[in-house]
Amino acid sequence: MKQAAQRQAFAAAAALVAGVAALALVGAAPSVALALAAVCAVAGFFALAGQAEDDRRFAVVLVPALFAVLVLFLWEVLTRGFGVPMILLPSPSAIGAAFWELFPELLLDVQQTVLFAAIPGFLIGTGFGFLAGAAVDRSLFLQQGLLPLSNFASVIPIVGVAPIMIMWFGFGGESKAAVVILITFFPAFVNMVAGLQQASAIERDLMASYAASYWQTMWKLRLPAALPFLFAALKINASLSLIGAIVAEFFGTPVHGIGFRISAEIGHLALDHVWAAILVAALVGSLSYALLAWAERSATFWHPSQLTGRSQL
Amino acid sequence: MPMSKLRQAASIAVILCIVLAVWSVAATVLNPVPDDPEPGWLPANWWNDRPVLPAPPQVALATWNGLFGYPVNSPRSLVFHAAVTLEAALAGFGLAALIGVGLAAAIVHSRLLDRGLLPWVVVSQSIPVLATAPMIVVVLGNAGFSGLLPKAVISASLAFFPVTIGMCKGLRAAGSAQMELLRTYNASRSQIFWKLRLPVAIPYLFPALKVAMALAITGAIVGELPTGAQAGLGARLLIASYNGLMLLMWATLIVASLTAGLSVGVLTLIERSMPRFRASQ
Repeated sequence: MKQAAQRQAFAAAAALVAGVAALALVGAAPSVALALAAVCAVAGFFALAGQAEDDRRFAVVLVPALFAVLVLFLWEVLTRGFGVPMILLPSPSAIGAAFWELFPELLLDVQQTVLFAAIPGFLIGTGFGFLAGAAVDRSLFLQQGLLPLSNFASVIPIVGVAPIMIMWFGFGGESKAAVVILITFFPAFVNMVAGLQQASAIERDLMASYAASYWQTMWKLRLPAALPFLFAALKINASLSLIGAIVAEFFGTPVHGIGFRISAEIGHLALDHVWAAILVAALVGSLSYALLAWAERSATFWHPSQLTGRSQL
Repeated sequence: MPMSKLRQAASIAVILCIVLAVWSVAATVLNPVPDDPEPGWLPANWWNDRPVLPAPPQVALATWNGLFGYPVNSPRSLVFHAAVTLEAALAGFGLAALIGVGLAAAIVHSRLLDRGLLPWVVVSQSIPVLATAPMIVVVLGNAGFSGLLPKAVISASLAFFPVTIGMCKGLRAAGSAQMELLRTYNASRSQIFWKLRLPVAIPYLFPALKVAMALAITGAIVGELPTGAQAGLGARLLIASYNGLMLLMWATLIVASLTAGLSVGVLTLIERSMPRFRASQ
């Protein structure tokens, strides 16, 4: 056991030395740098594989982080060592530089795409979806028909309505928000209907025996019981609304927006700028997901899926 | 037909009728009356050449003409464009299914990938991968690939996530009693994989494949938007958008929805014909 730990520590140190040396040499002697990178990769993945057996909390966070660092490192050394042209794949450092250089522009893009299109669309679409789901709660007849239709709607490529929305609402953020509303409505609706059915018959009987009204049962039992489903819808819709807003911009936009940036910079073959825009989109997406996951943990701490520390996958 | 099915069909019919009624009223209110109204018993502004909101019969006619009004190899036929898009989507879907199942098998068997890679696969669900579509088209175009391959790659890059996640769950769904039984038989890891893990994972595979199919079709359509593709439903949408052809947009959208619905429907049929394996808890 101790020997294994020593071997891992040795491999990690070797990976670190080889990695730093490879980065230092990649400009001057690409072939040496590539050989060192290979050493670094083998030693690094060996050390990580040892750490992956560890169940303690810091290892659970550390292993994916170091895994990503290792992959970024290999990307950097391979693109520079082999001299991969910028129009195929820029190196992470070039993307980082472009991100820094474009930062003020990218902020305006985020403002246009996220603040003016994705967030209003997300709020309205999800809100209407939840309201509609709660509204059909009393009518089994309507639910029976709306659920299959909503399942069908989840299959169709709704982003295709973008040109219609642009003709109706113009090139600004309104048309993108309209696309996002349509995309986010159905997941919210379906999850609200399914979530409201989560409270068990025994629990409802108990509420009935307390002579609780429909609304009391709704607020105190059924909506809290539906929360895991509602958060699932919110998480799905967060990423869907970003995708919808960006893709709708491919059909035409004002002069800002993440989707506009991507399609415009592609025209100039400025791949580092495109990657910088994608990085921004990824950051916004991950941030919104993290916020929702945090809110979910605080709101549904009682649910079995939140009780185990380990991932459910 | 059992009573519940009948009720469901009735419910769907009622809802569709409500949608059609609202749509018809909106079309009557929104559309201006054309200068030379067509004779007939339908409202005159239902046959506007440049409608704000085309009326249901107008959309139905445009879709019908797009599908059956031209020979299938004509560039005006929507069957032709749907086939182009579906070809790319199916290629991407096949690729995604292979990558997804392969990746899940690797993740299930390797602690390193489980701990190091799986969190990133989960996080990447929140990233708008579709935003990379124009870049993939241009980059692969620079590398000398055009046509089917870039679209298939976009479709696959979208569609492999749900397959990976679904199969990670599925491949771990085998009960511990069953796993222990196979271990007492001294079964190798590959025997456990083929004889226990994979059959047990089938019920998890198909829902994931259906999501993947829908994503693959969206991916193929979006992959046709940049760089002036000539064929495919996405290219058709873009042309209609540039020229303000409202009817063509609606018809293309309906054909896209039908294509997606039919492809997922075929998967549902295959799913129902699969033998059922049950994992004990």
